Amino acid sequence: MSKTLYDKLWDAHVVRQHDDGSCLLYIDRQLVHEVTSPQAFDGLRLARRDVWRRTANLATADHNVPTTDRSQGITDPVSRLQVDTLDDNCDEFGITEFKMGDIRQGIVHVIGPEAGATLPGMTVVCGDSHTSTHGALGALAFGIGTSEVEHALATQCLVQKKSKNMLVSVDGAVGPGVTAKDIVLAIIGEIGTAGGNGYAIEFGGEAIRALSVEGRMTVCNMAIEAGARAGMVAADEKTVEYVRGRTYAPKGDLWEKAVMAWRELHSDADAKFDRVVRIAAAGIKPQVSWGTSPEMVTAVDARVPDPARESDPVKREGMARALKYMGLQAGTPITAIEVDKVFIGSCTNSRIEDLRAAAVVAKGRKKAANVKQVLIVPGSGLVKQQAEQEGLDKIFTAAGFEWREPGCSMCLAMNADRLEPGERCASTSNRNFEGRQGAGGRTHLVSPAMAAAAAVAGHFVDVREWE
Amino acid sequence: MEKLTTLTGLVAPLDRANVDTDQIIPKQYLKAIHRTGFGPTLFDDWRYLDPGEPGMDHGTRRVNPEFVLNQPRYQGARILLARENFGCGSSREHAPWALLDYGFRVIIAPSYADIFFNNCFNNGILPIVLPAAVMDKLFAETLATPGYQLSVDLAAQRVTTSSGESFGFEIDEFRKYKLLNGLDDIGLSLQHAGDIKAYEARRRVEAPWLFLE
Ligand code: SF4
Repeated sequence: MSKTLYDKLWDAHVVRQHDDGSCLLYIDRQLVHEVTSPQAFDGLRLARRDVWRRTANLATADHNVPTTDRSQGITDPVSRLQVDTLDDNCDEFGITEFKMGDIRQGIVHVIGPEAGATLPGMTVVCGDSHTSTHGALGALAFGIGTSEVEHALATQCLVQKKSKNMLVSVDGAVGPGVTAKDIVLAIIGEIGTAGGNGYAIEFGGEAIRALSVEGRMTVCNMAIEAGARAGMVAADEKTVEYVRGRTYAPKGDLWEKAVMAWRELHSDADAKFDRVVRIAAAGIKPQVSWGTSPEMVTAVDARVPDPARESDPVKREGMARALKYMGLQAGTPITAIEVDKVFIGSCTNSRIEDLRAAAVVAKGRKKAANVKQVLIVPGSGLVKQQAEQEGLDKIFTAAGFEWREPGCSMCLAMNADRLEPGERCASTSNRNFEGRQGAGGRTHLVSPAMAAAAAVAGHFVDVREWE
Repeated sequence: MEKLTTLTGLVAPLDRANVDTDQIIPKQYLKAIHRTGFGPTLFDDWRYLDPGEPGMDHGTRRVNPEFVLNQPRYQGARILLARENFGCGSSREHAPWALLDYGFRVIIAPSYADIFFNNCFNNGILPIVLPAAVMDKLFAETLATPGYQLSVDLAAQRVTTSSGESFGFEIDEFRKYKLLNGLDDIGLSLQHAGDIKAYEARRRVEAPWLFLE
């Protein structure tokens, strides 16, 4: 029987089928960070349990770490305690951790693929909803809660029920200046933040195949914003080349064997999906979110929508509330919206290609006078190092942007990087919820190139006109 | 979760009705990163004369000598006698965590709040329901007898006094099974440890690159 990619990944990991339809699903890799793991480790201690398979886990601290000078450590005592606790737990249970001083430290969803700890065909979990990112390698990856973190640590398994299959096919080629971020924002704008509820989404079509593996990570990262716990892309030659030579990737004979297996990681030609969504790539323009939900998004050459023209009363009310929070008038051209701050980073857009895209725009230009701060936060120490070798940091600092240490930073403002009430930000992160980047802060989700262009112009601009 | 089959232990009497979870563990302690360590702040408002904050050294706080658990004769108690509607209020799982961390494995009361009752089972605590008349008798004997102990036999569903008097109690079969075997959800999955190992053995052959050390 023909299978989807999701069917294949699922079937390969079923340890046991229970009577109620749930399965004991084997987990190949668990990624661990400081916020959602302390009670899980504590649960193990309380129950006098050990970690089932230590080497299946990899940890790092990302949410609470400062992005400025780290020689003083973390000054906020609550944040410091969480990070120290992770260090202690990893030491006690013998789990490899890329600690704060380690060049490999970074955002958990950046370091997994970077280290080759995420491989095609794996099941990958982490106590974080953006674990869907790892699906870009042809893996089944999804976020879990703290009790499940403990369950996976103790048993290397989770009790799960299978989702339905959805294919989002982005057909044809995108135009110049249109990136992976624009594709995924357009998808979310089309199917809505609940569109993927109950589904595992496979992203396919010519435009997805044309993306680099890093671009596919950007797309899969935001599957959760479309309501799906898991997003994935079939493995291909690009996937294989991406993985080759990475620290935890197989070598020699094993590599050859693995690559043979990875070639099967695609949906069969006649596989059945429960739902198929087709989007024409040619119609996708650079996107800017205007509201307080990722589905409230439009093209950069459009205007802020008018709630009065929405027929659904619930939606109308939601739009009106969002515009009020965002301090926007219906009908305003998107390009007329001025920004106070710019954030380039997060597990969505902090990889080397993202920084390169931002640097292309920033090169030889300067931050606009009305923009108070532009933060460039690489996704990992290795991304930072690579960018510095390419001289990207010089381009950014010459433009008046701040070059920071790796971490989640202003994606969720758990460390010192945040928006002040009323401040407006062009952000390459994934959530524009009220208060996400700081109480009262206003977030517009965009691609790295669009964010850099907004930093230079002081307002949103259509980056296609600059290239 | 630690299994519970039989337990013979020192008994402490908490002679108050409607003890809510905010009294069992006050809200300021919920910011913690641990599930353990709540023992020193169990019944915090009653136990200490000065207000408590997380991060304090509770050993240096002024102890309320009036509070029953502070009396020397109840140190090391494993069984708590309580009154009606024990554990009402918020659903915080910190309440059973605190009781467990303090050392209680068994609570005996005439009735409990629902969520708390559930939370107990999920954390390896056995909440026993006995009629109010029996509770009166147990409270009286505990107060009259220093070092008063009770024996609990979960399999037989009986509580026995040192004089040999014994009382039966009811418990849901599946909960009893989980407690007797020390099974929480993780425990239940670990019952299939053989299947997990067999799966791993097969995958080590099929896909050895997933098991690089
Ligand atoms: S970068 Fe943002 S979305 Fe990603 S893991 Fe960190 S906080 Fe979560």
